[in-house]
Amino acid sequence: MAPPYGRAPRGLYDPTYEHDACGVAFVARLGAPASHEVISRALWALEHLEHRGAEGADPDTGDGAGILIQLPDEFLRAEAGVDLPELGRYGVAMCFLPRDVDACGEAERLLEQTVAAEGQHVLGWRDVPVDEEHCGVVAGAAAPRIRQLLVAAGDGVEDRDAFERKLYVIRRVVEKHDFPDLAIASFSSRTVVYKGMLTALQLSRYYPDLKDPRVSSRMALVHSRFSTNTFPSWELAHPYRMLAHNGEINTLRGNRNWHRARELTLASPLFGDDIEKIRGLLRDDISDSASLDGLMELLVLGGRSPAHAMSMLIPEAHQGRPELSREVRDFYAYHSSLIEPWDGPAAVAFTDGRVIGATLDRNGLRPGRWVVTRDGWVVLASETGVLKASDDQIVAKGRLRPGKLFLVDLERDRIVPDDEVKASLARRQPYGEWLHDRVVHIEDLPDKSPRVPRVEPLRAKQLAFGWTEEDLRVILEPMARDGAEPTGSMGNDVALASISDRRPPLFSYFKQLFAQVTNPAIDPIRESVVMSLAAVIGPEINLLDETPDHCHQLVIPQPILRSAQLEKLRQVDHSVFEARTIDMTWPAAEGEAGMERRLEEMCREASELVARGVNIIILSDRNLGPERAAMPSLLAVAAVHQHLVREGTRLQIGLLVETGEAREIHHIATLIGYGAAAVNPYVMLESLYALQRDGRLPDGVSPEEAVDRVIKAIGKGLLKILSKMGISTIRSYTGAQIFEAVGVRKDVIDRHFTGTPSRVEGIGLDAIAREALDRHARAYPAAVSELLPAGGLYAWRRRGEYHGWNPETIATLQHAARGEDGADSYRRFATYVNYVAVRNTAFRGLLRFRDDVERVPLDEVEPASEVVKRFKSGGMSLGALSPEAHETLAVGMNRLGGMSNTGEGGEDPARYGDERRSAIKQVASGRFGVTVSYLVNADELQIKVAQGAKPGEGGQLPGHKVDRYIAGLRHSTPGVGLISPPPHHDIYSIEDLKQLIYDLRCANPRARISVKLVSEVGVGTVAAGVAKANADHVVIAGHDGGTGAAPQASIHHAGIPWEIGLAETQQTLLRNDLRSRVLVEVDGQMRTGRDVAIGAILGADEFGFGTAPLIALGCVMMRVCHLNTCPVGVASQDPELRRRFDGQPEHVVNYMFMVADETRRIMAALGVRSIAELIGRTDLLVPDEGVDHWKARGIDLRPLLHVPEDVGDGPRHCVRRPEPVLYDSIDVDLLQRARPAIEDGKHVRLERRIENKNRAVGALLSGEIARRHGGNGLPEGSIEIRLQGSAGQSFGAWLAGGVTLLLEGDANDYTGKGMSGGTLVVSPSAETTFRAEDNVVVGNVVLYGATAGRAFFRGLAGERFAVRNSGVIAVVEGIGDHGCEYMTGGRVVVLGPTGLNFAAGMSGGIAYVFDVDGGFRSRCNTELVGFDEITPDEALELRGWIEEHAERTGSAVAERILAGWDAQLGRFVKVMPHDYKRALLELTQEEVPA
Amino acid sequence: MGDPRGFLRLERVGFQKRDPRERVHDYRQYFALPDDRTLRDQGGRCMDCGVPFCQEGCPLGNKIPDWNDLVYGDRWREALTHLHATNNFPEFTGLICPAPCESACVLDINDDPVTIEQIELAIVTRGFDEGWIVASPPASRSGHTVGVVGSGPAGLAVAAELNRHGHSVTVYERDEGPGGLLRFGVPDAKLEKWIIDRRVALLEEEGVAFEYGVDVGGDLSVAGLRERHDAVVMAIGSRVHRDLEVPGRDVAGVHFAMEYLYQRNRFVAREEGRFAPEPVPGEEIVAAGKRVVVVGGGDTGMDCISNALREGAEDVLLLDVYPPLPADGRPASTPWPLPPKRTPTTYALEEGGDRRFGTQVTRIVGENGRVLGVEGREVQGTSSRDVHAIPGSEFSERADLVLIAIGFSHPEHEGAVEQLGVDLDARGNLKAAVYETSRRGVFACGDARIGQSLVVTAIAEGRRCARVVDRFLGGPGETRNVPASALFAFEDGDPHSLRHQAETARTVTVGDAFWSGPREEG
Repeated sequence: MAPPYGRAPRGLYDPTYEHDACGVAFVARLGAPASHEVISRALWALEHLEHRGAEGADPDTGDGAGILIQLPDEFLRAEAGVDLPELGRYGVAMCFLPRDVDACGEAERLLEQTVAAEGQHVLGWRDVPVDEEHCGVVAGAAAPRIRQLLVAAGDGVEDRDAFERKLYVIRRVVEKHDFPDLAIASFSSRTVVYKGMLTALQLSRYYPDLKDPRVSSRMALVHSRFSTNTFPSWELAHPYRMLAHNGEINTLRGNRNWHRARELTLASPLFGDDIEKIRGLLRDDISDSASLDGLMELLVLGGRSPAHAMSMLIPEAHQGRPELSREVRDFYAYHSSLIEPWDGPAAVAFTDGRVIGATLDRNGLRPGRWVVTRDGWVVLASETGVLKASDDQIVAKGRLRPGKLFLVDLERDRIVPDDEVKASLARRQPYGEWLHDRVVHIEDLPDKSPRVPRVEPLRAKQLAFGWTEEDLRVILEPMARDGAEPTGSMGNDVALASISDRRPPLFSYFKQLFAQVTNPAIDPIRESVVMSLAAVIGPEINLLDETPDHCHQLVIPQPILRSAQLEKLRQVDHSVFEARTIDMTWPAAEGEAGMERRLEEMCREASELVARGVNIIILSDRNLGPERAAMPSLLAVAAVHQHLVREGTRLQIGLLVETGEAREIHHIATLIGYGAAAVNPYVMLESLYALQRDGRLPDGVSPEEAVDRVIKAIGKGLLKILSKMGISTIRSYTGAQIFEAVGVRKDVIDRHFTGTPSRVEGIGLDAIAREALDRHARAYPAAVSELLPAGGLYAWRRRGEYHGWNPETIATLQHAARGEDGADSYRRFATYVNYVAVRNTAFRGLLRFRDDVERVPLDEVEPASEVVKRFKSGGMSLGALSPEAHETLAVGMNRLGGMSNTGEGGEDPARYGDERRSAIKQVASGRFGVTVSYLVNADELQIKVAQGAKPGEGGQLPGHKVDRYIAGLRHSTPGVGLISPPPHHDIYSIEDLKQLIYDLRCANPRARISVKLVSEVGVGTVAAGVAKANADHVVIAGHDGGTGAAPQASIHHAGIPWEIGLAETQQTLLRNDLRSRVLVEVDGQMRTGRDVAIGAILGADEFGFGTAPLIALGCVMMRVCHLNTCPVGVASQDPELRRRFDGQPEHVVNYMFMVADETRRIMAALGVRSIAELIGRTDLLVPDEGVDHWKARGIDLRPLLHVPEDVGDGPRHCVRRPEPVLYDSIDVDLLQRARPAIEDGKHVRLERRIENKNRAVGALLSGEIARRHGGNGLPEGSIEIRLQGSAGQSFGAWLAGGVTLLLEGDANDYTGKGMSGGTLVVSPSAETTFRAEDNVVVGNVVLYGATAGRAFFRGLAGERFAVRNSGVIAVVEGIGDHGCEYMTGGRVVVLGPTGLNFAAGMSGGIAYVFDVDGGFRSRCNTELVGFDEITPDEALELRGWIEEHAERTGSAVAERILAGWDAQLGRFVKVMPHDYKRALLELTQEEVPA
Repeated sequence: MGDPRGFLRLERVGFQKRDPRERVHDYRQYFALPDDRTLRDQGGRCMDCGVPFCQEGCPLGNKIPDWNDLVYGDRWREALTHLHATNNFPEFTGLICPAPCESACVLDINDDPVTIEQIELAIVTRGFDEGWIVASPPASRSGHTVGVVGSGPAGLAVAAELNRHGHSVTVYERDEGPGGLLRFGVPDAKLEKWIIDRRVALLEEEGVAFEYGVDVGGDLSVAGLRERHDAVVMAIGSRVHRDLEVPGRDVAGVHFAMEYLYQRNRFVAREEGRFAPEPVPGEEIVAAGKRVVVVGGGDTGMDCISNALREGAEDVLLLDVYPPLPADGRPASTPWPLPPKRTPTTYALEEGGDRRFGTQVTRIVGENGRVLGVEGREVQGTSSRDVHAIPGSEFSERADLVLIAIGFSHPEHEGAVEQLGVDLDARGNLKAAVYETSRRGVFACGDARIGQSLVVTAIAEGRRCARVVDRFLGGPGETRNVPASALFAFEDGDPHSLRHQAETARTVTVGDAFWSGPREEG
């Protein structure tokens, strides 16, 4: 295979994909002058967030810590060594300078010259003292020289704001010089930043300034960073100049692109000509936080208040939110015309030196807790417990709420409530009036009859656009029938588009990216309140201004245009808009070169139209016909979009696409993702009329109705696609390019898909055109058949797309596993897979082993019995699989010495003790059956962050597979389908993952902890983060994994091959020196020893097999797992079908040993004696020059084989376990003291003080109890532990039966996570004077996945209270949004206020809510629940729980309610899931006859 | 798929066979389709598999799940379109195909397979009944002409396909009517000959020319043929018989099965008023009143029994070299989804006669040059290549007529093949890896290329060959750009694949497995 450009092989690691997350806090003092105490308290808070940060391979090198304070005037006057003008007339640049003396001098000259050139005066330099002792080795080696440049205001500078702007301009000018190793951490007359690659504890030791009592401030913003990587960078520590950020901006690439397009239109009287010097603000190589900071700065210096700027950039969800005032909603609506949201999980603390505040993303995916004291201290932090204050001093405790601001105005000396801030912002301008006057709605435009260039028969169009029979049958028909995207099973085993011979559409080369670990996917179904599909079409103008014209845009509720709507726009009156169409077709006779010519012409035409004042451009392929072929619409959209972005004119037009090619939700998503504001998929819509004519729509469904349903389905599907990237609005998804190209050549990417990752080269424009022409030839000059091609993507078909699992491979594998001539059949199977199936489907088929190395004799290679120890079976749940298949697989894997994986459905405790036990217990987002005894009965605990078939989504099990047995194991309701939440609600960031790993380790210190990820660009950096979060093991899954049920679009269009992800992981771990401490497993369509050997060479220690062992057991890839009709009883719960299962453990054993044997033969041929020796030996693989496929020829796999420079001869595989982390757990002590209870059945009473550093209190103890006493734990009340203080995260996690935890104080997020019994009580300390019921006592995501026990919380809880509770009885006095989400069991009593979206996805258990304001019902999501009568029996039970609450916590609310019980009972609303009611009824009916 | 649980609800209902005691007295088709409702229900038993092994099992790659579902949904006309999309002559395969699709059906793992063949027949029957099947001549003519030698299923298929692409096709047939072994080998009880005529009439209407009684290489020289046409396709079948190499083979009353079947089919034709030549006097083969011994347990042997019984044979005995089939009909050597190499039961034995498994003929006994009986022995083994005689099992059987039905070895070489001078493969078949022979412009398909096989394979051969010939003649856009071998890259995959095995199943079967000549043991 000739390398396309002969360039040197390059690795896969790209620093662009680094992520970070962290802890953030600020301290401010109201009603008091600046003091050093503010700073010392902030540093104290920072140190109490230390556990949220991380260290790399060098434990003393932190990922970053920093502090932002007001300029310490007194200190500087004493220390600067120069005379300073009055405060406000001088500024300080905190400079990171090169270590090299000459370079440093040069950098300083550059700064000085720029200051002078901008008319300001250099006062002098101050060396910032540092203590290099307090810095890690790696960090120290990269430490900059740190000096402060003092600058006095020039005479022309009128006021302090103008001076700030000038300093900003100077900084921008310097930054644009790109001087190596020069960074300006801050440059202001108001604030200064001290930061570095330090741990929280090192910060103040490294910078003695921070300990100097003369350094004072009224506020301080601190941050502790957890980065996935540890490459030396001091600059990336937070805070930035205006903010510190805990989170991740998912829409970054789009935000940057749009900003670039916007920059040319920027103008402001405040900046005048200086605006030129600012441009080029958001470079590609700066982080999301730095980019957000950059834009925040621009907006604030451009004249908006920090609160205004923040509300524009991270707006709260405002659509469909009647509880917000009209004016506030208008404010948001207006600003959505100016800028798209910067979307993603974020807790942002910001300051301009005058106000300090914080906000939370619209989903509330980050924690933020605040405390206010009598003496004016205000502390806000990621966790409670970081303020040194006695309980009686506290006035109020609260939490950041989704989309709301928490603002401290230092000048006015007060905390400004969110509604006041928003109301005043909303009154700035008559936004509502402007919207009313200027926004155009599509319904308001007059109807027009179409002016279509030509009318081609539908079938010809379908053929020419590459439609298949499956597109109609599998995609369009179900959408028209159900209004939802179709579901499939068993993953994706078809050829990668880049090596497919079936002329796949260009869309298929682009894979959706998805959030994993560093940011969560969000939940578009259950949490739809925050999602929006509203699209804005039309020109945008100067961001630094606000006028009525800014909102002169077309607003549509969702981005699909019907043909008639498009026609209205095309012919719209020019006084409103001026729309023009550009033709996406080219003369077929001009061949491949013609397409490129046409593409260039289109870009030119677009420029000309923009110049002529056109403001809506429609790209159309309606002109398709016998002589004119359509180019891929995605290419056309991306090319025109990028062309106009480059030209700086993109915002002057709205871009629409009219295409017959788009027929899947993924197609539409890519068009929008590459810049289209809306899409008219006209053949898709026309096809519905034909389907109706052919009787293929359900009776009574009119074509118009079908169009409605399809548009609805597309909308839902789009929301799912954006939510799996953690994005909430289509507005910020547009142009965000959240895709990875697989097999597209770099020149095409760079020119037309600029910035899209594409790592192995692939096809160029000529092949893209060739495929388009070949599709065209199916219809013209004459169609060969009136039928469409079969397709064969979703189910194997002759003459369809190639599948790795096809009749040949399935049958030969079964013959091998079952037959007496196993070895022969296996040889046939392996030969066919290795040389036919894999070559036709996967990248590893394009590689070959070196054949010029010295062999070793086969008997010197480690025996097969050793090799198989590295084999795992895939995580397939009991529920997806029948009990027979699940157990047979487990027995088979256990007998051969490998490991099987429970999947996410729990495990029957009856299996714990014998060979049916699965050694790997999966912990997935649904937490089904994740009890403490489940956890202790494992050798490996696997956190499934993502799975190959549907990364970014939760598992799903349809209702007909949830029989009583399955429901029992999952603590759910029989007959009710189960969809796991897209995110783990306790992993919204990398530090959360670290916490969950810690929690699981506490529950079972003997098990290794694994994290399962899916291959996508950047997975290597995530894996590095996982290693730093102390996992033992990481799984890199390919995109092609199998699954029980998943949306077809997810199966096919998300994730990339494991070959790339694994190689990237290996390279990144090696670079970070983390490889030796973490095991790497790979899975994804593993079938043969060759797959294993290639996996090992690319970096895997272990190997997961999912589909193959199932096939050995009889699976025939029916792909009906979601229908419960599996005819071989593998994936069905139907008793009749389960009887048909005839798999035996020996089938699995036979197969796995044959795979191991093949692996050994390969090792012998490669001169390698063991897998350990083979791992990472990329020198043994070369691209196979024998593969001469017209498309594959362009693919360059050498980057996969790259070994990073500077990696020594150290081990390239795992050789040690991660550092122990449990030594500091107070549970070690608790456990010791509780021994008499555990061992001798005595009662034990303990007391302790705790602080927020003590995390997962009770977990280690609970694990030990479960190990000794099983699932039920100890008798009630055996161990009682009284605690005082602020508990760290995961307080009471996995709590076992018999343990009572009584906390006086408050607790953080994840309290009661996975509770498996016992009693948990949290109440404020007796000394507090505030009203407990008005103040927050526990954090977010309390009782997540809890299965048994009782919990009482005196005070308020945060968002997502009792999410996935399946058994706990809980009483709380008020909760945030999304309460009782996904609950399947237990009882929840809420005695106070509730947030939005209560009971979303709740299918079991009952909630009793005391309706304080009469508005509860409207805040409840009634999709699955209804409101029921409380029976007298229930009333008695309810009263009992409230009495217990009162008794245990001293709750005043409870007392009040109990005092007037008879009257108060009527104010309780009983929330009852419909299905739960049905199931309970069925249960009683069944009992009656017996 | 209409009914995901159809296979659980309903049992298989196959063809309705006529009473053997009644049907043995006539030559009409011995089975019929069940009623419409049943057919639709049976379509609903199809599970719309993620991997439809049936489609792989079918040499034509028939779109079985698609039309099963359409029939279930009462959408017969669309079903017909899908059926015709891969199969030019579903009425032939619907009647006489051994249905490798059904042995590959996923339901065959632990249940009874879907009645695929019956549904196929029902669709095409419905199509003719409703008048949906009409000639559709090509819209335009390419100006190229093609000569097809042989009018068996391969020749008919290649002709039909090339004609559809606008090429002018002439089919040359040396016998008096079209169909090859379909007409002269298969008895009317299985395939009434008007069915062939009906299809040929449509082909003629669409523009295919037929010339009967023309022996290419004899009546018409190969040079003349090549002169007339831009391309030539040899679809001459595999007609050289495999012989029983035992002592006594040369006595009178020992015939090849096909000679007998030719005569019987011509007899029925004359009975029904169609033209057919009388046998040459002295060469008549008569079974009436005789004890007939048929050697070979395949379809041909069964067809001999069927005819002999109708003729009034005294008794019929079939000697089969193989051991009896297991109860479930699937020998261990051909696990699912492979087609069993043998017919589990046959219609003919229901009508009379006997079959003895595991027997090998060692000698034919004659007297005065006339056959008196056969001698044989019992054997064990799974392949004809490794049968072991069971000592002391020798037997002899009386025989008045011995019919040898152990298959064919290769196409006839004298005449056309020799004149063409094309290369042959090791087995004596025309060597044409991608359908083109060693002579440019001369193509081969069907049994002539791959050795004897099934009707369904012959049709598939004809269709694929047509694509290669079409490409040779200028062809449509997509195919021009790829090498001929790539035309089938995705259809054929690996030559060692299961599909290949399925397609050549009967080549192996009839050629090897039913071989019952004596073999040196050692």
